Parts: sequence; structure tokens; C-alpha cells
Amino acid sequence: MRYLDEFGDPDLARALLDDIHRTVTKPWALMEVCGGQTHTIIRNGIDQLLPEQVTLIHGPGCPVCVTPLEMIDRALEIASRPDVIFCSFGDMLRVPGSGRDLFRVKSDGGDVRIVYSPLDAVRLAQEHPDKQVVFFGIGFETTAPANAMTVTMAQQLGLTNFSLLVSHVLVPPAITALMESPVRRVQAFLAAGHVCTVMGMADYQPLVEKYHVPIVVTGFEPLDVLQGIRQALVQLEEGRAELENAYPRAVSYEGNAVARQVVGEVFETCDRAWRGIGVIPMSGWRLAPEFADFDAELRFDVTGITTEESGLCRSGEVLQGLITPVECAAFGKECTPRAPLGAPMVSSEGACAAYYQFRRLESPAAGGAR
Amino acid sequence: MCLGVPGQVTAVWEANGTRFATADFGGVTKEICLAYVPDVVVGDYTIVHVGFALTRLDEASALETLELFRSVGLLDEELGVVRTPTGPTSAAG
Repeated sequence: MRYLDEFGDPDLARALLDDIHRTVTKPWALMEVCGGQTHTIIRNGIDQLLPEQVTLIHGPGCPVCVTPLEMIDRALEIASRPDVIFCSFGDMLRVPGSGRDLFRVKSDGGDVRIVYSPLDAVRLAQEHPDKQVVFFGIGFETTAPANAMTVTMAQQLGLTNFSLLVSHVLVPPAITALMESPVRRVQAFLAAGHVCTVMGMADYQPLVEKYHVPIVVTGFEPLDVLQGIRQALVQLEEGRAELENAYPRAVSYEGNAVARQVVGEVFETCDRAWRGIGVIPMSGWRLAPEFADFDAELRFDVTGITTEESGLCRSGEVLQGLITPVECAAFGKECTPRAPLGAPMVSSEGACAAYYQFRRLESPAAGGAR
Repeated sequence: MCLGVPGQVTAVWEANGTRFATADFGGVTKEICLAYVPDVVVGDYTIVHVGFALTRLDEASALETLELFRSVGLLDEELGVVRTPTGPTSAAG
């Protein structure tokens, strides 16, 4: 049993847990969509504080993890070019491509830079007019407003040496794919709070109605996650399926209207391959045709890529919630954060990294999320 | 990347028609873009994702979140800060 002191407000945590224990009468399976929530759950042992009948299934909401291998390989190719400054969030540098990663490209002489914000990449493009500056624009709806704004800024500034390698993914189509899957286990979803801060909640209403599945917009801190779980379980026990907001301090039903508008102008919806999962229809954003001049995929002719995944890595099953990380034979052995075989072991939002950081000393039997 | 960090806006300015700000994240200062939160002013707290403010947040919640992130080591990670013996430095760029 973990100490409730780590929850910030132990009394509230205890009250929520007591309420959850009183509420639950049957077995239920909930999915937390976002990898940030997975880390909170594993770090704070929330799964172990819940009633035995409640299973938490970890979702695919780790942007680094689901960026398709061929996109990583494309990034590696572009970053290797002598005329390119390749900019990326730090998490992406250790993500394995087919045989190497961006760190390797950097140590082999490529100009690969970790930036905090895509704005830093725009600044680099201004400072280095003789170089092509490329930003690896990955992420869910949370990073899309930032990435979209770089394109409109580059356009305003008349920058011809800036481009985006875009691999955005979207949460609602992933929920659809999970609900349409033949191995459908999830009975309620904790939706990712900050995705809804940007996009609002309306896109989830049709999912709630079509699949009769409760969706609770949930934050990332331990008490937020407990509150989301509690609301989802109450709905399940009462036989309701509704869209609820357990994170109102950061999420409104409408979302951020300005951000939605800019994202809608700069990007268009497209089919997207999710690493380890496969193609999910209309689950991604790419640059709209009006912004083709800023599309790194078009600017750099990157062809002849043959992708090759590690044969040992079971991250696809982890990302679909079919196994927990500790059920993979390579976990903590051939695959560690220092030498990852799959992306979920790399990212601060990856499930394998969460288990490695907080659970690797437990036996596989005890380490699962039940 | 998806967590977002609350910061307090300490100065606001405009460049090329876009509002920018300096924000304090529990001692770490960063330049952020306010394009998506037109009504945020100096003194406000806002949740920031990769350099862009996305929504206003009340002070008590912001301070709680910052303290929690600091206690579990997430603050530096989310802000791209690398700690060295001489003090924090930001990610390159």
C-alpha cells in the first residue's frame, strides 16, 4: 500500500478511494488514454489502491511511441543532410528507427538540436539563412497549436529555409479504433485533459452515444486521475454512458477557439499509421495544401526507406493495452531506457518507461495493472 | 509534452503582431507565446505547452501543480532544462 501523502491532499485521496471502494460491485476495465496519466498511475500506485475488480488498461496516448517508424526513418535521413539543422523535442532523439536514432545521427556529425519549443526552430531559421531548418512536428492535439503557429510565423517572416516534418495524431479516432477492435476490452475512457483544453469536448459526444461508453475528461495529477476514475466507475455502476469533465479548471466544453481555428487552417485530416498499431483512418493531421512550401516531406526527396522493427519488441501490444510492459520478455533485459528496443521505453509518456522507472523490481505477476 | 506546465506571466510584449511573454515556472524563466490566450495579462497563470500558453489557470491550482511537478522531478523535464553543477541551462536552440 502506497502512502497517500504523495497525493498532495491525503484526506481527499482517501475520501475518493473510499468512495470508489464503496461504488464498485462488479469487474470493470477502464483505459487511461494519455501516457502522462499512465505515469501518474504507476508512480503513485493508483492501480494497486483500487478495488481488485477494477482493471486499468494503458492507452496509446504517447506521441513519441506512436510516431510511425517510416517517419522516424525519414527524420533520420533528413537530419543526416549536411545543409540541414534538424530540430526536435528531446524525447525523439533516442527513439529507435530502423537501426539507428537521432542521437546516432548527431554523433555522426549531423546538426541535430533539442528544442523546448518549435518557436526555437523558427528563430534558428532566422539566424541561419544558409541552412535548411526542419522541425519534427509530432504530438497529439496539445502540440498542434504550437506547430501550426510556426508555419504561419515562418510565412509572415518570409522564411524559405524553414519546414515541418509533420506526424500529428488525434485521440478521438484512436478511441473509435479501440471500440471497433475485435478484442474490445475497454468499458470506459479517461480522456486526455490537455487535448480537450485545445479541442474542447464536442468530438467525444458521438463516441459516447455510438458505443455507449462513458468518457471522462481527466487531468494528470494523482487526485485528478482518482477523480476521473471515480466518475467513470459511478457511471458504469449506474449503467450510464455520458461525457463528463473531471478537469474543469483547465478544460471547457468549447476548448480554445483561437487555437482550433489556427490548427484547422494549417492542418488537414489524413489517415495515419500508428507505430505498433497500424493505420487508423483519419487519425492524423498533415499540412494543408496551401502550406505545402513548408512541408519537409515535399522539400526533401526522401525515398527508398526500408523500415525494420526489432523482432523482440512487443510495444504494439503494450500500446493497444493487450499486455503490460512487464509481460514482454525483453523488458528490463535487452530493452532499457538507455538501450531501448521500442519507443515506449524511451518517452516520459511511454508505458514501458513508467514500469521501468517505478515497477521493475516487482515480479511480472505482481507488476501488471491487473 | 502533453503534461503542460503552469507558469506566471511576468512581462508581455508584441512582435510582428503576435503577443509574447516572459513566464516564471517556479524559478525557471522562459519566453512563451500568448497568441492563443488573447486575454492573459501580467500576473496571470497559464498552462504552457512547448512554449505556447493554452489556457488560464487559477493561482492556487498553478502553485500546487508546480510543487507536485517539482517534487517528482517533472518540472525540468517538461521545460527542457538540463541541470549542471553550475545551475540550470535551457535546451539548445
